[in-house]
Amino acid sequence: MLRWLIGGGREPQGLAEKSPLQTIGEEQTQNPYTELLVLKAHHDIVRFLVQLDDYRFASAGDDGIVVVWNAETGEQLLELNGHTQKITAIITFTSLESCEEKNQLILTASADKTVVVWDSNSGRQVRRLSCFHSTVKCLTVLQRLDVWLTGGNDLCVWNQKSDLLCKTNHLSDTGITALVEIPKNCVVAAVGKELVIFRLVEPTEGSLEWDILEVKRLLDHQDNILSLVNVNDVSFVTGSHVGELIIWDALDWSVQAYERNFWDPSSQLDAQQEIKLCQKSNDISIHHFTCDEENVFAAVGRGLYVYNLQMKRVIACQKTAHDSNVLHIAKLPNRQLISCSEDGSVRIWELREKQQLAAEPVPTGFFNMWGFGRVNKQASQPVKKQPESATLCSLEFIGDLIGHSSSVEMFLYFEDHGLVTCSADHLIILWKNGERESGLRSLKLFQKLEENGDLYLAV
Amino acid sequence: MISAPDVVAFTKEDEYEEEPYNEPALPEEYSVPLFPFASQGANPWSKLSGAKFSRDFILISEFSEQVGPQPLLTIPNDTKVFGTFDLNYFSLRIMSVDYQASFVGHPPGSAYPKLNFVEDSKVVLGDSKEGAFAYVHHLTLYDLEARGFVRPFCMAYISADQHKIMQQFQELSSEFSKASECLKTGNRKAFAGELEKKLKDLDYTRTVLHTETEIQKKANDKGFYSSQAIEKANELASVEKSIIEHQDLLKQIRSYPHRKLKGSDLCPGEGLTQDQADRASTTSNPDESASTDLYTCRPTYTPKLIKAKSTKCFDKKLKTLEELCDTEYFTQTLAQLSHIEHMFRGDLCYLLTSQIDRALLKQQHITNFLFEDFVEVDDRMLEKQESIPTKPSQDRLPSRSLEECPIPKVLISVGSYKSSVESVLIKMEQELGDEEEVQVTELSSFDPQENLDYLDMDMKGSISSGESIEVLGTEKSAFVLPMSDSQASLTVPLSPQVVRSKAVSHRTISEDSIEVLSTCPSEALIPDDFKASYPSAINEESYADDNEEAIHFQASISPPELGEAEEGSLENTQSQVDSCCIGKESEGQLVSLPAPAHALSDEDRVVSIPPQRHRQKDQGFHGDFSVENPSSQDNNCEGFPAYEVDPSHMLANRDVSKTSLDNYSDTSHMSSVASTSSDRIPSTHPAGLSSERHKKRAGQNALKFIRQYPFAHPAIYSLLSGRTLVVLGEDEAIVRKLVTALSIFVPNYGCYAKPVKHWASSPLHIMDFQKWKLIGLQRVASPAGAGTLHTLSRYSRYTSILDLDNKTLRCPLYRGALVPRLADHRTQIKRGSTYYLHVQSVLAQLCSKAFLYTFCHHLHLPSHDKEAMQLLASRQASFLRLTLGLVNEDVRVVQYLAELLKLHYMQEAPGTSHPVLRCDYVPSFLYKI
Repeated sequence: MLRWLIGGGREPQGLAEKSPLQTIGEEQTQNPYTELLVLKAHHDIVRFLVQLDDYRFASAGDDGIVVVWNAETGEQLLELNGHTQKITAIITFTSLESCEEKNQLILTASADKTVVVWDSNSGRQVRRLSCFHSTVKCLTVLQRLDVWLTGGNDLCVWNQKSDLLCKTNHLSDTGITALVEIPKNCVVAAVGKELVIFRLVEPTEGSLEWDILEVKRLLDHQDNILSLVNVNDVSFVTGSHVGELIIWDALDWSVQAYERNFWDPSSQLDAQQEIKLCQKSNDISIHHFTCDEENVFAAVGRGLYVYNLQMKRVIACQKTAHDSNVLHIAKLPNRQLISCSEDGSVRIWELREKQQLAAEPVPTGFFNMWGFGRVNKQASQPVKKQPESATLCSLEFIGDLIGHSSSVEMFLYFEDHGLVTCSADHLIILWKNGERESGLRSLKLFQKLEENGDLYLAV
Repeated sequence: MISAPDVVAFTKEDEYEEEPYNEPALPEEYSVPLFPFASQGANPWSKLSGAKFSRDFILISEFSEQVGPQPLLTIPNDTKVFGTFDLNYFSLRIMSVDYQASFVGHPPGSAYPKLNFVEDSKVVLGDSKEGAFAYVHHLTLYDLEARGFVRPFCMAYISADQHKIMQQFQELSSEFSKASECLKTGNRKAFAGELEKKLKDLDYTRTVLHTETEIQKKANDKGFYSSQAIEKANELASVEKSIIEHQDLLKQIRSYPHRKLKGSDLCPGEGLTQDQADRASTTSNPDESASTDLYTCRPTYTPKLIKAKSTKCFDKKLKTLEELCDTEYFTQTLAQLSHIEHMFRGDLCYLLTSQIDRALLKQQHITNFLFEDFVEVDDRMLEKQESIPTKPSQDRLPSRSLEECPIPKVLISVGSYKSSVESVLIKMEQELGDEEEVQVTELSSFDPQENLDYLDMDMKGSISSGESIEVLGTEKSAFVLPMSDSQASLTVPLSPQVVRSKAVSHRTISEDSIEVLSTCPSEALIPDDFKASYPSAINEESYADDNEEAIHFQASISPPELGEAEEGSLENTQSQVDSCCIGKESEGQLVSLPAPAHALSDEDRVVSIPPQRHRQKDQGFHGDFSVENPSSQDNNCEGFPAYEVDPSHMLANRDVSKTSLDNYSDTSHMSSVASTSSDRIPSTHPAGLSSERHKKRAGQNALKFIRQYPFAHPAIYSLLSGRTLVVLGEDEAIVRKLVTALSIFVPNYGCYAKPVKHWASSPLHIMDFQKWKLIGLQRVASPAGAGTLHTLSRYSRYTSILDLDNKTLRCPLYRGALVPRLADHRTQIKRGSTYYLHVQSVLAQLCSKAFLYTFCHHLHLPSHDKEAMQLLASRQASFLRLTLGLVNEDVRVVQYLAELLKLHYMQEAPGTSHPVLRCDYVPSFLYKI
């Protein structure tokens, strides 16, 4: 007779004993991604994904090639070869001049000290710029002014036709690591620990030349700035290696809010051994931000934190959302948050607001974070509580995507086609909603039947 | 139609009436007579035991102008095959029934010799004394040195089963025509080459003679010519004449293809094959394709002085068949012949069943790819061939097998046989509708009545001589005999006994007398009274109106009817849910039985009209019916009977199939398996061949697996629902065996090889799960093995893991009803091949469910714009559950198959779309024995 044992489902993760990493079984009813397509074209780490339009995206990485894909079918559309070394930055640029065909350009910067402008439709090299003295590490487009900027050891401004308009002096040897546009024709650049504000001077009657001026240096960060993101029209946010999160006013460049309590010295004093183990400085470096109207979502070390802009405090967190550093996060329209990490997994979270219930387990309070919140010791209920407020939010773990065998560097979300992830294992994976795809396939099937004239009406 | 005497022969009914019923022991008379050849150790299915040869073979004979009919070679070239069968005698038989027109060298009224472009004639004859029946294909080859430049040859398919020949006439005819076309094309090429050589010789001779006469003229200026000079002048003149003659011949032979094409209105099939053959010749030698002339001769030939008079004498050795034909074409012909031999190997009922099988499969071309073995691929190839005529024989004869093909050694036994040409008088004018130009002279002298007299006389002559020849039919005659069988088959589906009893009755009638069943060029030529005068054989048969009826029947079988059958079987599934006995399951099959019967009648109808492939094509699906699908034919006729006859066959081939599987697992399936079939005559489609063998082994091992492992059901469910099953083990042989066995449950993505990897030793990757649905994985004890296990646990959501060493299975729960029916561990099925067929039939049912689900419009499209997706989903669910009768996890299986169907249907070109890895986030469980 049949004797069978019902096993526990999933074997415990290797790190599960050491850190309270939340796991989810194989039953993930809310995880819609039941279909995946592995795309292989790169020969090295794929670091960047950039969306071109509703159905296309480009990928780039350490092998120096850029590949344009169809997100719907997974078809490889173009392969752009031109760089000899790894690609350090990629951005898209819609040129306004040739409006009739809406020419979308791809700008890529590489460690071979060149920047190439590609035509995303034909794969043609539009322009190749090789007058750089250093590797360009960031690219940004000021669509309003119809110029784009390259940031390396200095900052250069280019126009539509890729003519150099102006450039700054040598800034530092580390170079600009991040660059965003802020109002009043200004850009803010992260250079080491400093934030430098530059103002672009458009040509006027007085001078026909463009110019770029350093306006201000902000020295509030104590360590290297890793991430710099615009929150909205009036503020931007920066995060540093030691877990400082600063929200700046974009108009007067003043500090709106300052959080550096991800690494609270008080926690170090805590006797809890396991906490100490994971409180290395690397664990609190802020790698990435994403924002919506209300919240700033921060990838801090292995954890995820939700910072509410109005309340100016963290409203939810997952201290160990992943086994390893979180590299990229994104907020989806449906209150879902997706994170990817060096541990090779992608996790889907949902931000839920909850009424605090009296029946909730009493917080043990061993870890007092920011002085106002306590986190539950049980990792399975990682609820950030706020005694002051009746509402509290939680990040519910609703599913994970396992496919990559190495660090997942970045991902891209398409409303219609699902999720694209790229990884250090040279692969790109297209994750799709199986049910939806099935429906779409049926539609296509009947379309094809109709085209072939094989569709008959039932009598 | 089963006539009463047939039944009597078996049951002895008359005696039964007299005897009292309650006898303690059954008297000897009651018992059905034992199979007469049982003592020889032959099984009752083998009809070959009556004959002197052990199995069917192909004989090529020649009517030599020097020694008369002689056998040249046999295929297979193995003396064991034909045993004590007298080839010389039989050659005489088959060469004597050539109804070819006489070969005219110099037709009256023509100054130059004309080449006869004669059609092949196809005759079926039987020799009851020898127990041999043959399809005989006569053809003529050109030989410059032969009388009338032609050499009559024939290829005969010799079998002990008369019905096999009769019912497979159409297929035999078309296959042999291909071989014949190939041979003749090669021969024309060789002949043209020979002519050119001859012309060069003549040209050279002329110059030499010319200079000699000039010299003589100069030498004597006496004003009169010496006798020597006159002789020279005469010789010169005859050389000139000979040159013109040969040039004319060359022109004729070169104009052949055009002539054929002109005639193709009347006989398109022939025209096509000719065209194909020509293309084959042009495409096969790239160096030649450049030159517009097909028959250019090698330029290296040095002309020599020859005699002007052609030598028509018996003292020199005639060219052999090989010499008569271009080598490449000759090899190709032999390959084609051995292909024919493979194709028609085995029992007739097996051939017929497999033909019906294929015809039915063809109707399900949308779902076929899921579980059938590459039939679709071949069909596609076939379609391609038919639409774009490209080298026919080469397509199905990979060059590899050509290289390996041993040229059968030619059996020439000159002198061992005394010619008896004159004694056999059977000779008939052929209807030559499509060769107006050449045959005008014969047509003018053609008179039906005279013709009949001929026939009459011939028969009398033969009867008096006590010969036992039966000419059963010719190509142009209406095929009466199989009609009757088809009638029978409408009521009694395909019982071999029925067919056999007919055979017996015929043979008793024809005892030692000539039996010409039908020799007339066309039915219209036989007046009614003539028919009546030969009641024994002819009157028993049905005529053209039956023919009509068959067509009528055929017209009524159409997709709706098939649909009904399908639905019927669907209904049955409900009742069969708990049973796993083969008998009950055949209910589902019975419902669809009318279809095979129709198909059969159709088949016969096809036979009964003159072989013209193109006309058949117009008649819908059955146009495709006379499949020349080499690999599947090969499959089917190769496998089963061989197994029946020689059970140890499989064992002997075990390692061969093992290596084949090894290759099979890799991407290029078709080419890789070619190497494995070296133990037999190189087959045209080795892939099909090995997969037949593979089926049996797989069925056996699957059966073993089901009996051995109580958790076979969830494992099979994993495979059917598209979840990759990893078979983990240390011993490669065991893992491979099980993977092969389980691969019969794996649905294909498309027309290419199954997504099965038999043996992997490196850690698996996500790509592997996307590509393979069944993987044999090596368990390594070393630290490297830890990595393998780690990836396995990491990707556990995509896989089910069958651990052979610990006898555990980790996979999702299965509670459906489908798999228990498919794989009942208490099944009564004992044999691998039977189980394989059982699996195929259950899977075919499953496929039809998936088909219905996929192509039901209202299930997938909202009836109006506002309809919610939930409503659609619930409609789908209720259809799956209520209409298709699926429970629990069975739904997922059908859904998965439906996805594959959609993908396959939308795929423009096979292999272009990426397979999608699907997973379900469902918990897994660990099963242990």
